[in-house]
Amino acid sequence: MLSRRTLLGTLGALALTAALPSAFAAEQMYIPIISKGFQHQFWQAVKAGADQAAKEFNVRITFEGPDSEAMVDRQIDMLSAALANKPAAIGFAALDSQAAIPLLRQAKEAGIPVVAFDSGVDSDIPVTTAATDNLAAAARAADKMAELIGNKGQVAVVAHDQTSRTGIDRRDGFLNRMKEAHPDIEVVTVQYGQGDQLKSTEVAKAILTANPDLKGIFGTNEGSAIGVVNAVNEMNAKNLVVIGFDSGKAQTDAIRSGIEAGAITQNPVGIGYETVKAAVEATQGKQLPKVIDTGFYYYDKSNIDDPKIAAVLYQ
Amino acid sequence: MTTTVHNSKGTATPGLLGRLLSSGTHQRLLAFTSLIILLVVFSVASPHFMQTSNIIAILQATSVNGVLAVAATLVIITGGIDLSVGTLMTFTAVIAGVVLTFAGMPLPLGIAAAIAAGVFCGFCSGSFIAKMKIPPFIATLGMMLILKGLSLVISGTRPIYFNNTPGFDQISRGSLIGDLLPALPIPNGVLILFLVALAASYVLRRTVLGRYTFALGSNEEAVRLSGVNTDRWKIAVYALAGGICGIAGILIASRLNSAQPALGMGYELEAIAAVVIGGTSLSGGKGTILGTLIGALIMAVLTNGLRVLSVAQEWQTVVTGAIIILAVYADMARRKKS
Repeated sequence: MLSRRTLLGTLGALALTAALPSAFAAEQMYIPIISKGFQHQFWQAVKAGADQAAKEFNVRITFEGPDSEAMVDRQIDMLSAALANKPAAIGFAALDSQAAIPLLRQAKEAGIPVVAFDSGVDSDIPVTTAATDNLAAAARAADKMAELIGNKGQVAVVAHDQTSRTGIDRRDGFLNRMKEAHPDIEVVTVQYGQGDQLKSTEVAKAILTANPDLKGIFGTNEGSAIGVVNAVNEMNAKNLVVIGFDSGKAQTDAIRSGIEAGAITQNPVGIGYETVKAAVEATQGKQLPKVIDTGFYYYDKSNIDDPKIAAVLYQ
Repeated sequence: MTTTVHNSKGTATPGLLGRLLSSGTHQRLLAFTSLIILLVVFSVASPHFMQTSNIIAILQATSVNGVLAVAATLVIITGGIDLSVGTLMTFTAVIAGVVLTFAGMPLPLGIAAAIAAGVFCGFCSGSFIAKMKIPPFIATLGMMLILKGLSLVISGTRPIYFNNTPGFDQISRGSLIGDLLPALPIPNGVLILFLVALAASYVLRRTVLGRYTFALGSNEEAVRLSGVNTDRWKIAVYALAGGICGIAGILIASRLNSAQPALGMGYELEAIAAVVIGGTSLSGGKGTILGTLIGALIMAVLTNGLRVLSVAQEWQTVVTGAIIILAVYADMARRKKS
């Protein structure tokens, strides 16, 4: 009696899962996407892009990621379940490349192409990497900065990190562009706030104190930009041009109120779309570039509510 | 002093296997049947489910959670709870990283240090509970946070890699069984889980510590009144569970070839879920290691199966939750009847 009840319950739960929409699609190419996260708005935007491409190329995808970026082992379990399904290709953004190497080798031996995305995979197994071109994105920030300060004067950079790939690329992209295209602009200093809002605030205040003639500051990620905005508020430096990176509520509020001039946003939808597209092309044996630039946008008060921009901003 | 404390399911069946199978058979049959049904349903639903490599992936995914669940089982049988098993696992992995990577010492020392750290932390939790009379939920909640913080502090919030310790990744990823029987490449991590489970089962069924573990959960006051130093035995159980978490720490570090300091929160709940599905009562005094093992397998089969069926991730979580409630309901209904 009781065991029958349990059996019925178990069967019921399973029937429920079998009835779920994504379960069994007929003979479509299957491409699992293993991401670094799932619940965060940024990853949901990546998923939206992947879904869009799946519809367009008529492939079946699943999108999974662990609850937090710490759960490296859960991501590995997801990757092995994905491999068990004998997929046509895999999209993968490694939390820890080293931990994933044995499974990636397995994929390679089985002839399953791996497309890396976002921060990518530190290995030569992936056929390509779909990610933001941070050098180009920061160069755009430099151009905007030059335009807003009248192509002349002193500016500074509050960067988030001097060792990570994104930190280095965004800093150098900005500095190189200024040197090449805007010779009358002097970057007086680059300082680091670890992406921490409070530290970045202190760093920015010190820069403002030391350089009273400063025209603008570029903050290289969300925390850095918010730190600069805080410093501007605390020191009442209303004429400073602040350009940030990514979004988040504090930053979009600052842009709406005019304290921050604008920011570069990555295109998570594009990351998802290009990952699936590249995976489909890899299965067709197409030659893919080593890196696929997934694009970015500059946004400010004027276009922040533009549907195309609003879709890639997160709270 | 002759204290005769029997566990509630004392049995005359000879032999370890007999003992494993005979007591609490009904609940484990339920759990076991559910496991078989899950396996059958998933096999029918997806041609990719029942293949050697996927079954091994499931076992591999069970290994760490299974070892943690064994540790949790011991504590839960005493009527306590240990919320710190996940972060303790991480902490011991970080300790192994410090000894092996930072200090460059040989492999056995790293393993010993991790297990010793686990025993020590378990000893601390046990002392907070037994000596300072802090409720287990609070004491181990505090411990969970302390260990999470310490792992981040000691590691400098960065993963510690074991690249300079040859053979470290083989502890979990290698396959001694596969070397003997190439058709059956069961990873060592799984082998270690079964050895830990066998040992824990032996302790519970055959030793004085095991008998007191059950007795503490059934009626601690009676045990105390019969002149037993219950504090000491309770601390011993927490210390043993801590040592087992140390083994889990080595397993996960080996599998990832790194100690990931931010990992571990949430793992305690999955371990407790496995224990409960396996029929161990949260009110203490009852439980088996075999049940826990089956519980951990059910969790892993469910997660893997739903993934292989490409069920959307949101729904995977819903189904897992439903199965936990169902399993405990079945257990309670059975208890009421008997």
